[in-house]
Amino acid sequence: MVEFFTNTYLGMFLVIVAQILAVIVPLLVALAFLMYADRKIWAAVMMRKGPNVVGAFGLLQSFADFIKYIVKEVVFPAGADRAVFLLAPMISLVMALIAWAVIPFNEGWVISDINVAILYVFAVSSLEVYGVIMGGWASNSKYPFLGSLRSAAQMISYEVSIGLIIIGVIISTGSMNFGSIVQAQDGGYGIFSWYWVPHFPMLFLFFISALAETNRPPFDLPEAESELVAGYQVEYSSTPFLLFMIGELVAVVLMCALVSLMFFGGWLSPIPGLPDGILWMVLKMLFVFFMFSMVKAITPRYRYDQLMRLGWKVFLPMSLFWVVFVAFAAKFEWFWGAFARWG
Amino acid sequence: MTQIDYKRAAGYFLLSDFLKGFKLGFKYFFAPKVTINYPHEKGPLSPRFRGEHALRRYPNGEERCIACKLCEAICPAQAITIDAEPREDGSRRTTRYDIDMTKCIYCGFCQEACPVDAIVEGPNFEFATETREELFYDKEKLLENGDRWEAEIARNLELDAPYR
Repeated sequence: MVEFFTNTYLGMFLVIVAQILAVIVPLLVALAFLMYADRKIWAAVMMRKGPNVVGAFGLLQSFADFIKYIVKEVVFPAGADRAVFLLAPMISLVMALIAWAVIPFNEGWVISDINVAILYVFAVSSLEVYGVIMGGWASNSKYPFLGSLRSAAQMISYEVSIGLIIIGVIISTGSMNFGSIVQAQDGGYGIFSWYWVPHFPMLFLFFISALAETNRPPFDLPEAESELVAGYQVEYSSTPFLLFMIGELVAVVLMCALVSLMFFGGWLSPIPGLPDGILWMVLKMLFVFFMFSMVKAITPRYRYDQLMRLGWKVFLPMSLFWVVFVAFAAKFEWFWGAFARWG
Repeated sequence: MTQIDYKRAAGYFLLSDFLKGFKLGFKYFFAPKVTINYPHEKGPLSPRFRGEHALRRYPNGEERCIACKLCEAICPAQAITIDAEPREDGSRRTTRYDIDMTKCIYCGFCQEACPVDAIVEGPNFEFATETREELFYDKEKLLENGDRWEAEIARNLELDAPYR
């Protein structure tokens, strides 16, 4: 029986499908409740109650929304490029989902344990911008087009600094594998041996860049309700819109996972002595998600020139300097080797 | 030589605005919620609240309106239409009293103008309809409203009387 799953193509295929489902299904179910949590947190800061009608405390709100989305009619704008119009939300969702292939949730709990994992995530999340651009262009409408142009510029700008921040982490670890990155943060001091201590400023830079990368407020300029109605999503309805929404939220949760893995030690326990495990990973992701939601609630939207100034004139020089600094600190083992953990 | 405001720059660099904002947001996160569960729970209404119109009756069942047409005259939106002629017993009464609720601006002038407190704006604000035609109220509908809301309307008039 074991040989069927290890030696035959069909068996290996079934194992991979099972692994994918084991990641995607809990992720999407969790997403429904994260969407609800997002709305509740947002509401709480505004002293509202938020969704509280569907199910106990409104817990089933996301499922009600889901049913509403899928039973609505798909509207194609006149003159829209139908193929591209439908392809865009699919790309948006698929690109967000396939990045999860390399995200470990616990020691060895990963679909594909490749050596360039962090590079792969970076590459795939860069491709997400295509979904937005295609959606904006294929709608054959002004607002979506403007929204997608903004999105393209914004996502590319912030990927530069995200890339440089990631390089700092890679230098410190000496590996691009998430497992190695987490292992490198296992230093015996619990919460204080994680990368957020030596890479402290980069934690904030990465978090803010992640907000911009996933088009979350205060950098939701591609959507910008007040100026562009809903940006690239204006002409979308029903299931395609749902795919965009899910894709966006999956990307947000992916960023939460990245922050947890790179700066908060993934599945490592914050207190030495307590067992490591998936629970810590989930708690860390939830914490980062909470911060995402709070930022959404407390910040006004940036103006576009402010966004670009922040990206190119503040974040890029800072992260570039940090790469150089980390390179020296790692090479000469400054700060008792806090930056050099490949040994 | 431009002067650099180092204090401001440092605050900007250390995200002090965001930390303050986060603190405030977190404070309100635990603050009591101000939302009410609307259909199940309703906010308080002033006795002066100007909602759906109603035509009142005297306690003996006689309608109050004497067809003086002051309300029709004062209505700034010209939403009220009145026809009148003497009744069989010789008293002057309306034969037609229509209010176009789609025109009405709920200013309450009709209520102010009425010498006999016949036309009033009651406390009801939940009278949305599915068709426009249902909002063209006639005399029958208005009298029915009066019968239905008489208790609340009488109480509100009494509470508001000292200020009139």
